[in-house]
Formats: sequence, structure tokens, C-alpha cells
Amino acid sequence: MQALTQDQRSPSRATAFVNARLIDSSSRLDQTGGVLIADGLIADLGPHIASGAVGDAEIVDCGGRVLAPGLVDMMVFTGEPGHEHRETLATASRAAAAGGVTTIVCMPNTDPVIDDVALVDFILRRARDTALVHVHPMAAMTKGLLGEEMSEIGLLHEAGAVAFANGKASLANAKVMRNVLAYAKDFGALIVHHLEDPTLAQDGVMNEGEVATRLGLRGVPAAAETIMLERDIRLVELTGGRYHAGQISCRTSLDIVRAAKQRGIPVTCGVSINHLTLNENDIGPYRTFFKIRPPLRSEDDRRAMVEGVASGDIDVIVSVHDPRGAEGKRRPFAEAADGAIGLETLLAVALRLYHNGDVELGRLLQALTANPARLLGTGSGRLAKGAPADLVLIDLETPWVVEPERLRSKSKNTPFDAARLQGRALLTVVAGRLVYNYADSPGP
Amino acid sequence: MGHGHQAPKGALGQAYLNCAATLAASCGEAYTVPLMSIAAEASDLSFPHRHLLGIEGLSRAEITALLDLSEQAAKLSRQIDKKRDDLRGRTLINLFFEASTRTQSSFELAGKRLGADVMNMSVGTSSVQKGETLIDTAVTLNAMRPDLLVVRHHAAGAVELLSQKVDCSVINAGDGSHEHPTQALLDALTIRRHKARIEGLIVAICGDIQHSRVARSNILLLNALGARVRVVAPSTLLPSGIGRLGVEVYTSMREGLADADIVMMLRLQRERMTSSLVPSTREYFHFFGLDYDKLARAKPDALVMHPGPMNRGVEIDSNVADDARSVIREQVEMGVAVRMAVLQALARHLPNR
Repeated sequence: MQALTQDQRSPSRATAFVNARLIDSSSRLDQTGGVLIADGLIADLGPHIASGAVGDAEIVDCGGRVLAPGLVDMMVFTGEPGHEHRETLATASRAAAAGGVTTIVCMPNTDPVIDDVALVDFILRRARDTALVHVHPMAAMTKGLLGEEMSEIGLLHEAGAVAFANGKASLANAKVMRNVLAYAKDFGALIVHHLEDPTLAQDGVMNEGEVATRLGLRGVPAAAETIMLERDIRLVELTGGRYHAGQISCRTSLDIVRAAKQRGIPVTCGVSINHLTLNENDIGPYRTFFKIRPPLRSEDDRRAMVEGVASGDIDVIVSVHDPRGAEGKRRPFAEAADGAIGLETLLAVALRLYHNGDVELGRLLQALTANPARLLGTGSGRLAKGAPADLVLIDLETPWVVEPERLRSKSKNTPFDAARLQGRALLTVVAGRLVYNYADSPGP
Repeated sequence: MGHGHQAPKGALGQAYLNCAATLAASCGEAYTVPLMSIAAEASDLSFPHRHLLGIEGLSRAEITALLDLSEQAAKLSRQIDKKRDDLRGRTLINLFFEASTRTQSSFELAGKRLGADVMNMSVGTSSVQKGETLIDTAVTLNAMRPDLLVVRHHAAGAVELLSQKVDCSVINAGDGSHEHPTQALLDALTIRRHKARIEGLIVAICGDIQHSRVARSNILLLNALGARVRVVAPSTLLPSGIGRLGVEVYTSMREGLADADIVMMLRLQRERMTSSLVPSTREYFHFFGLDYDKLARAKPDALVMHPGPMNRGVEIDSNVADDARSVIREQVEMGVAVRMAVLQALARHLPNR
């Protein structure tokens, strides 16, 4: 790996990654072989790609490690524009690259809100100029994220918005939601919804139940999520819209999604890496880095989320990377900002599920690569001839400890402070360009 | 919960407890109480914590030791000369982000009786209103080198957060709906003075359990001392999972007060009506207000308690509040005593440079 030098990182020169364990969930591939990349695309792959058989291509010996499509993280909050002190597209992309994430979808909760074609252009232009990985904006489905008037979904879609969301709030007005789903369907646009009935969740700051009662904190009942999810599914039945539940967090939601899928309703759902690996008890003595939305739930709910990924009922794993500074987090729990960073630790934390034997590797990578790529229509997330050369070389084994100050994100609000993880990204390639090499810049 | 090591257990702890009890009994006869000596003997093993952030994490022995110490302070407070010099040279800051005449003056008096310099900081005149964060405020105050900081804040966990950022001892004077440890201690002291024990008593805590830090601290303390704790409230004022905190849950006063030794009423805030938790004060009083009819279900010698300030005619009938069984005024008196004891217990761990 160290063989790759600066000038060889240009996308014009062919490179062969050889002696790798190729894992591609979309084609159920898991075999030893290599990948040949040229002009930013995968030119060829398979067991015949080996040193001595690829002409003058640069050879990268993968040492038998896993070579997979780069991760596609479809829920990332940045601070650009408006809150650049928290995170810019550039810093988020550096964190992504170091975490093996080659595509990020940034959420419309910016200042100003991404609800106008000019803002979509701005994000794409800034990403092109400053970001190491692919950046796609998700646009607001209502103007100003206010939940009242539909945004220009057609124009925004045409400009490059890969999906539409209402930010961190549910669209409470069922009629507007119905119209959004129906209208977006005409453009094939995907609606990604946050599930939290705003009245039931109003004062809540953590999962409702015994732990919240002991801490004297207001709870958010699981019903705030399930009521909204049930409603949305009825509206999808009514409209035939393309719908993705951004994050589910409890067992009942999994049951609802599973039942809807069995009825043949085309819904998909995601889960955050936090809800797969943490529960409400981690909040302990009011640790605000564990304050997220939806809130961390019970251990049984966490188990359900893991089961959902293992069974494939949960389609996508997201980091919900949400950088927050001290001014937001160093506050009493109820007054602290929601959110946790996660781009750089997404892969390594997800590997916990593999090492525990809870989810097999192909399935795990599917939820991190092929599934989100398919929903977003990026064409990536797969190892196939002609696919974008977005790759990650993964070391499954080496243990390491998360040190927040070494993370690349501008904000350090990770709930995995001092967590012991096993495995990491060693090389990250975006459109044929090497954007991260662990050997050059170790860390996190 | 950020407290230090555990209380003494086993033979050593028991021996020590006996010693404390003997001391307390022998000193009880004396008119002028040698508070310092009690404190010195009783403290190091019995109350090893640097802060008092809640009842959670306190052992039965530690609570009992604080109550014994409070008993002495109560006697001292009835003397003509109430002044001690335990806290001479020490600075106590009362930092109240939420207005409270009663608790603040109680701490102020407790500090002054022990010889401390007491400063009251109310939020109205501080930079908190100018947008300073809690932690910035804490760091600023810390630079003034107080020895003891008494804090009330509207957010649960705020006092604990603040305690992590200062060098002095911190006392929680109420944090959101979380804890109000000195209230629970003064309630226990009042009960013990009348009933001579806590263990085995049936205590009914009635009213707005959901929003009450008094209820949480009392549930923890009374359970630790072996009482049978009931909570009585409409379901809208009962927090989720309350049954797993070691209480029996009732939604009817008639059932909840049956054979109770102690009836502890909680204040009902007016906001509960506007947030549709309770339809009206009239309806609330009819079903949950403590009147003579409902009180008749309790034991004849039941005590009536209220942390104050009372809403007469909302959660408690005016006549019941002034009845001979009511110990509400005594609770206020014990408040000063308990706070003196807490200040003494913590002051012993302050550095003596």
C-alpha cells in the first residue's frame, strides 16, 4: 500500500488492487481476487486480476484483506452553509474518507435551508472544490422545513437533490405529507422522513421509561415514532410514493416495517449506528453526547434493530453524523443539543455486529453500501465493471481505541469516546483517487 | 452518580454505627451541644462524599449518620446562642437559578449559624441572563474560591454537571424533576422525631409525582431506610416506570391512604392544568386534595406533611393543613437543622490549607 505515491494518485493511471477478499453484496460476491480501476471506474474485477496479469497498471497488494465498495452514508449533517464552526463539507469529507465512506448525503438543515436550486448548486460546487468524497444534497421537502408549503421538488431533483427530507422534524400535517409523496412520485424522488410525532415528543429528551424517571427527565414514548410510521405507511399506500423511514429505533417500528413489506408496500427504512450499538443506560449521569433523536431506547429495542439488519428488514445503516460544539453539548441534559458525530467511526463500530456474530459481513456491508446506493440512484455501492471506482480496503482485525481529539471532524461529540473497536478502513478510493491511506496518516 | 466510595458495611460499619448512636444518645441530654466533637467522631467513615448531589448512592448508614447529626443541630437551633464556628473562614455561595425563598433562606441561616460567610447569588442579577452558560458561570464562581456551593437549577443533572467543574463541595438544592436531597432528609428527620423510626412505616406520597424532585428523593431515602412507600396520583401525573422504583402505585386517595402512617402532599403547579394533565383545580381537589374525609382512611395518628409552599384548597384543605396532625411548620424548622448537618459533614472533607 505504501507503494502508492502522490503522482500515482491521479485517476488517469490504471491501478490494480490484487490479492484481496472481494465482497460485493449486490452480486453476493465473496472471493479472492482483484479489482482493476481506470479513469475513475472499475474496469475489471475477479480472480484473474493479479500481479503480472494487468500490464503496466500500478499494483496494490491488499494482503488478503477485504476490498469492498466504499460506504454510502445517507444521513449526514454538516454546518455548511451557516454553521461552519461545527463542520464544513471539507472537514466532513475528511472524516468520511478516514472512515471508508465514499459518498455522503448531507441533510437540508443548514442556514439557509437547502430548499432552493441555488443552494443545491452551492453544495455541489463547494463539494467539488473542497470535498474528498462524493457529496449529494438532500433537499427540504417543505419550504424552510416549516412543514407547510411543498418545496420545488421537481426543480430541486433536476438540480441534483438525491432525496427530500423534513430535517429533524416530522411533517405533522398529513395532507401536506400526502401531497409531497404523491408529487415526488412523478419525479421518482425519494422521501426520507424523520419519525417523531411533535406533540407526543414535545418536552421529551430521552426514551420514556424507568431510566428517564430516575433521572427526572421527560421521556419520548416509542409511540411518537410508531404513530408517525403507521401514518406514513398508510399515505404510501394511498399515493404510491417512494418512501424511506430515515431512522427507526424500537422493536415495534421494526414489526410495522416488516408487516408493511409483507403486504407488498414499497417502504424501506434505516437505523443509526448509535441505535445498533448503544442503549438508554449509556446516558448514565446525564452524558449529553448520548443525547440524540430519536432517543437511545432500551436494550430490547437495540437487539431488535440488530435483528432487523441481520434479517434485511432494515435496509440501511446511517451514521447520522451531527457535529455539535461545546456550546451545544456542555449543558444540562435537557438543554443540550441533540446529535453525535459518527462518520469516521461508522465502519469500525458497525464491525462490532460482525465480530459479535450478530450480522454476517456481506449483510452488514449491504446495509452500508449497496442498499443506500440503490435508494439514492448513485450507481455506486457495488463492485462491477463500469461502476464508479469507490472502494475501501478494510482491515477486519486490528483493535484500536477511539480518541476523540484525533478524529477529523471539527466537532468531537462522539458517543464512542475511548470505545475499543476492532477493524478499520486502510485505504479509501473515490472515483479512482486515493483519498485516505491509513499508513500515511494513522488515526483516528 | 458521581459519589465516592460506598458506605461502611459489615462489622466495622456496624460497630461504627453503634458508636454514633451511643454518642447521639449521650449528647442528647446536654443542653449545650458539643457539635464539633460529634462531627469529628461521626464523620470520616460515615459520610465520605465530597458533594451531596442526591439521595441516590447514599447508604442507610450514611443517611442515619446525617439524621443523627441533624438532631444535634436541631437542639442547637433552639438555644439562645445558636452560633458555632465549624465553618469559620469558609465561604458558602447560594446559587439559585430558580427562585425559592424557603430553601435559600434555610441554607443561608444554616451557613450563618455555623459561622460561614454566606453570599446569595440570584439569577436575576447575574450574567446568566446575559446568555452565559452554566459551566461558564461555574468556572467564574469557582475563581472566587468558595468552599461550599448550594445550587438550585431548573434542569435535571445541572447540579452534577456543575460539580464536575468546580473545586468546592456542591450541594444540590433541587435540580429539575430529579432530586432534592435535603428536603428528603428533613422529611425523614421530622418523621423520625414523631415516630421514632422509619422502618416499616407506610408513607403515602400524593400528587404531582411526575414533576416532583421531592418525590424522587423521598422514594429513594424512605426505601433505603425500610419504609413502605406508596405514590398516589392520577395517571397523568405518574411518570412511566414509577412502579420499578420500589413503590406501590395508587390512583385513588381512598385506597392509597388506607392505614398510612405518613401522608405527604406535593404541590400542584398551575401549569399542569394548561398542559391538560389535570382538568381543573376543582376536580383535582375533589379527587386528590387532602381533606378530612380522605385523611380518615389513614391511621388515626398519621402525620400530614407538605414541602411547601402550599396551595390551600388545591392539594390540601386549609383546615387539614393547620390540624394538630400537620407537621408542616416543623418540617421548615428541621430544614435548617438538616442543612447545618449537611454543611458540617461536607466541610470535614474540605482541604485544610
